[in-house]
Amino acid sequence: MVTSITSFGRSGLYDWLVQRITALVLGCYTVFLVVFFLSNPGLNFQDWTSLHAQLPVRIFSLMALFSLGAHCWIGLWSVSTDYIKPFGYRFLFQVVVGAAMFIYIVWGIQLLWGF
Amino acid sequence: MLNVSIYRYHPEQDEKPHMQDFQVDTSGKDLMVLDVLFSIKEQDSSVVFRRSCREGVCGSDGMNINGKNGLACITPLSSCVKKNKLVLRPLPGLPVVRDLVVDMGQFYKQYEKVKPYLLNDTPAPAIERLQTPQERAKLDGLYECILCACCSTACPSFWWNPDKFIGPAGLLQSYRFLADSRDTATQERLAELDDPFSVFRCHGIMNCVNVCPKGLNPTRAIGHIRNMLLDRAT
Repeated sequence: MVTSITSFGRSGLYDWLVQRITALVLGCYTVFLVVFFLSNPGLNFQDWTSLHAQLPVRIFSLMALFSLGAHCWIGLWSVSTDYIKPFGYRFLFQVVVGAAMFIYIVWGIQLLWGF
Repeated sequence: MLNVSIYRYHPEQDEKPHMQDFQVDTSGKDLMVLDVLFSIKEQDSSVVFRRSCREGVCGSDGMNINGKNGLACITPLSSCVKKNKLVLRPLPGLPVVRDLVVDMGQFYKQYEKVKPYLLNDTPAPAIERLQTPQERAKLDGLYECILCACCSTACPSFWWNPDKFIGPAGLLQSYRFLADSRDTATQERLAELDDPFSVFRCHGIMNCVNVCPKGLNPTRAIGHIRNMLLDRAT
């Protein structure tokens, strides 16, 4: 058993499962957006805001946003433990990624629910 | 004449490794790579490599042959030589002791971690622990591993974290005992594997399957371990 305190869920299995589920959510969200763009060729700001004013879309977007944060954290944590060997740089990278994910999520919530 | 380029490194004499070229007369025969190495050894006795059984059973002569790990004794020239050139390097990712000989210490440490022996806390029967043919069949494709390290040293996850990721060879053996009906330590074994490195550093790129000289499939075994962990935890 290798101890790890900076990984997303501390457990390899948990991180692995979260990585797969979040990938599925992000995949579905991407398909949803692509279909929306293709079916609305003359898209304007009004259409865009009315789409995101709907509660199901907001919930789906929020789910995708959380998924993106978790997926990025797990993926970039793996990259950092593979390629950044000096402890200081690795920890700094993990802090920066963690902070960026937190900021994106809070910012995203504000965008989705703040208007 | 076959052009052969061999990785040479003598830590006590050389500052850094270099490649040395040889020419070997194969007389048009489809020799094994190990036969070529024997011919080179006659030309220059300082070339160092490991070999023992010369028939793909002992796993001593694992090396990187024209970019792909394999056993020199069972790799025919026809399967690896391109443009009449053969390049031999030590197994990647492990410290080089000399020329084509690597220090397998880290590899064996990972193998040791999975407790590659039967653990059974029930009283021993008078003669032996029996298995049904179906239970025995589950070990096929697992017990044949000869620990040549071709798979683990072809795995980037093992290159980057050889001290934390058990590697395909160790995990194949781990599953060999997880799948054994006579072993009673399944839960303890699984508990030892549930961290972000031991098993889950495998990203399924299947280099191990591509190079295994015995035709085994460590990626599938790792998938089985994952499923057992998932079954246990959900």
